[in-house]
Amino acid sequence: MSIEISAQALDAPTRTSTFRLILRNPLSRVGVVLLVLVLCALVAAIIMDWVAPDAPWHADLYHLNEAPGTNGHFLGTDSGGRDVLARLVVATKATMFSGVIALTVAMLLGLPGGLVAGYYGGRVDMVLDWLSSLVMSLPSIVVLLAIVSSLGTSMWISMTALGCMMAPAVFRLLRAQVHAVRNDLYIDAAKVAGLSDTRIIARHVFRVVRGPLVLMVSVMAGVAITVQTGLDFLGLGDATTITWGGMLGEGFAAMSANDILFVWPGLAMAVTVAAFFLIASGARDALQHADGGSSTPARSTATHLKPVPASAQAAAPPGEDEILTVRNLTVGYPSGEDVTEVVRGASLTLRSGHTLGLVGESGSGKTQTAFALLDLLPRQAMLMEGEVWLDGTEILRLAPRERTKRVREAIAYVPQEPMSNLDPTFTIGFQLVEPLRARGIGRAEARERAATLLARMGIRDPERVMRSYPHQISGGMAQRVLIAGAVSTEPRILIADEPTTALDVTVQSEILDLLRGVQEEFGMSIILVSHDLGVIADLCDDVAVMRNGQVVETASAEDFFARPRHEYSRMLLDAVPDENHVRPEYVEAPSPRRSAKTGEIHR
Amino acid sequence: MSLLEIDDLVVRYPGRRRGRKFTAVDHVTLDVRPHETVGLVGESGSGKTTIGRAVLGLAPVTSGRIRYDGKEIQSLSRAQRRPLAARIQVVFQDPYTSLNPAMTVEDILSEPLRAAGWTRSTARGRVVELLDQVGLPTGAADRFAREFSGGQRQRVAIARALALEPELVVCDEPVSALDLSTQDRVLQLLVDIQERTGVAYLFVSHDIGVVRHISHRVAVLQQGRLVEFGPCAQVTSRPEHAFTEELLLASPVADPARQRERRALRQAQREHVSTTPMSPITIQRRVP
Repeated sequence: MSIEISAQALDAPTRTSTFRLILRNPLSRVGVVLLVLVLCALVAAIIMDWVAPDAPWHADLYHLNEAPGTNGHFLGTDSGGRDVLARLVVATKATMFSGVIALTVAMLLGLPGGLVAGYYGGRVDMVLDWLSSLVMSLPSIVVLLAIVSSLGTSMWISMTALGCMMAPAVFRLLRAQVHAVRNDLYIDAAKVAGLSDTRIIARHVFRVVRGPLVLMVSVMAGVAITVQTGLDFLGLGDATTITWGGMLGEGFAAMSANDILFVWPGLAMAVTVAAFFLIASGARDALQHADGGSSTPARSTATHLKPVPASAQAAAPPGEDEILTVRNLTVGYPSGEDVTEVVRGASLTLRSGHTLGLVGESGSGKTQTAFALLDLLPRQAMLMEGEVWLDGTEILRLAPRERTKRVREAIAYVPQEPMSNLDPTFTIGFQLVEPLRARGIGRAEARERAATLLARMGIRDPERVMRSYPHQISGGMAQRVLIAGAVSTEPRILIADEPTTALDVTVQSEILDLLRGVQEEFGMSIILVSHDLGVIADLCDDVAVMRNGQVVETASAEDFFARPRHEYSRMLLDAVPDENHVRPEYVEAPSPRRSAKTGEIHR
Repeated sequence: MSLLEIDDLVVRYPGRRRGRKFTAVDHVTLDVRPHETVGLVGESGSGKTTIGRAVLGLAPVTSGRIRYDGKEIQSLSRAQRRPLAARIQVVFQDPYTSLNPAMTVEDILSEPLRAAGWTRSTARGRVVELLDQVGLPTGAADRFAREFSGGQRQRVAIARALALEPELVVCDEPVSALDLSTQDRVLQLLVDIQERTGVAYLFVSHDIGVVRHISHRVAVLQQGRLVEFGPCAQVTSRPEHAFTEELLLASPVADPARQRERRALRQAQREHVSTTPMSPITIQRRVP
């Protein structure tokens, strides 16, 4: 069998660098263009510094406040008769440099701190976290103003201070990220492989945090530049350095004589900050894409399902002992222009009072089929073809509201993960009583009925369980509660999707016994979705085997296990660990013996 | 002579409330000989995974001894353990979180080699060998772990464990996240590799069917205690302890007729248990 490792599967073109993903986003493409513009100005500033260091300072006192484009001044002159363009370009250097200082300081403090605190936890984490909280609790602008007024107006001092104020944000981000992966198994595997902590942090942990870090760096660069400009605008900057903030201040002061002067530094700053923020937002989207972080699609209300073509006339109704009949069911999902079919022409029959096992491996479409019957398909899903006869009525051609009503009345559902299907904020009692109340049963009677049901499910102290919250009960108990909830509305059909997969075998056997008992007592029909052939053998009368969205075999359980017809069924049954094969105790033989020192095998 | 000896091992974790400790492993004694597979079977909370993690130095040992090749390893520091990396390795349950999704298969496989001082080019040669050994095409080396299916990832994880030719691999539920047919192939791969290289496995699983299939000897755990330890055929066919029998009867078989018989047996046993007082689990049998 080589389905699993076929070369074709390995050729899937899914490798795209994060940088390309960022570029793919139109917003961040604009950001990159703007950033290139700013970088060009920066290069020009450096060249100018070298070629014509006096140009921005050259005051032409005969041409004050010239309009843009006159006398060779592309952007005009300021109130001191100096060329605005030259000053604007040169200011790029100091402004960007201020951002670099602040970022470097924030990174130097936050990066190692966050990695170490997140990875080791414990006392180091406590101390660093306390320090970061302390800094965060300070009003940063006030502190910055105090530092500037007491220690001087040097950009070095103010930007270092700003870096210190921003460090806790870096620290927090990294600490949380690292904390989340600290217990991941690949970190354990690296420890077992003999890697040192430094190497693990550098190789494994840093890889996880670098994406969010890029995001944060670009946002912080924008913030640092804004703060620096603000300080200079207020006149708290170094007067001998040309910055956009300083130019902005001059522009405002000369507003009455030259009302356009403040626009240029303002524009420069807006372009720079926008560049950083746009790239950041593009990076965020790209990272979400790379993590495969597509959110689980919202459940559809039935009205969103695509209607089955009305032209396709439903065939004759099925026999009377068939409570649920599915014919030729096809479910698809849009993928680009095409539709990917996850269920392809599936046909099933559930006999009244019997149990049908729906068997298949992951991706076989068994859960999609169950969801289609439960009217619980995600919003994008399309019912493309088929008939579903419930109790003698074809329901896919009913109005969506009517269909939902019938399905809810007739079919109940027991899910795979009992815990995640109970709301942790409500007591068990409330969650059992509410659906009964919704059907117009009085409070006292509903409570009593819920308690009786729980007792029937083999729960010894129903009153106590009803007062409990989901986290206070075990997984097996939670599944009993969910089965009680499912049968409380007296459905005729129960669809159980891997109801025991998350449970221990001893609990599993009890839940299977319970389902069997409940079926006899309430006369229900059950569809049991499972990958476990043992569970199917235990409970089912009939079996349908699914593979790649198709039902490849339907048979009675007896026939299926004794005489499987389809090749795939035989393969599945062969894959069950052979009970008669037991390895004898290993007897030391003089065959391959490995030298402990060299790791070589001697024969 | 045993390769691994676990002697009276106790692992306690601090509990929710102060002063109260949770005992995950409660005085367990067992051993693994060279070239053999010892299956550890039990339900959730039985301490089977914790025993494996204690052997790997990933769980704190409260008391007792773990001897490897005659030397005590339970209190070694991370740095002191480093030479053991070439001798004891691990395959974890979840192939999705046990491989760093941002690394290529070559990076993942050469990591233990590089940490052990191999050069980049010799490591690359070994990676090709390893991929071949676990049945993956050579082209897989340049791909990211996240591009592979569960079964393929588990093959990569097995290849990583084999990189340094260890003598013991702790397999922590290595097939329980896989589909039935994939599970069968991965188990067969583990057996093949054992027959080829003579590696020993400490094989942790909740599935007694899987454990029975792969183990030479089986240890059954219940709530941190060892209830039975012996040759596979004996423990899984003629169990001495009631709990082992309960486990065996509870695990369903793919045969409706036999499943009916087992159900009847189980119900009979349950009635028997409810009428006779449960004996405390004190049996600590060790097969020499």
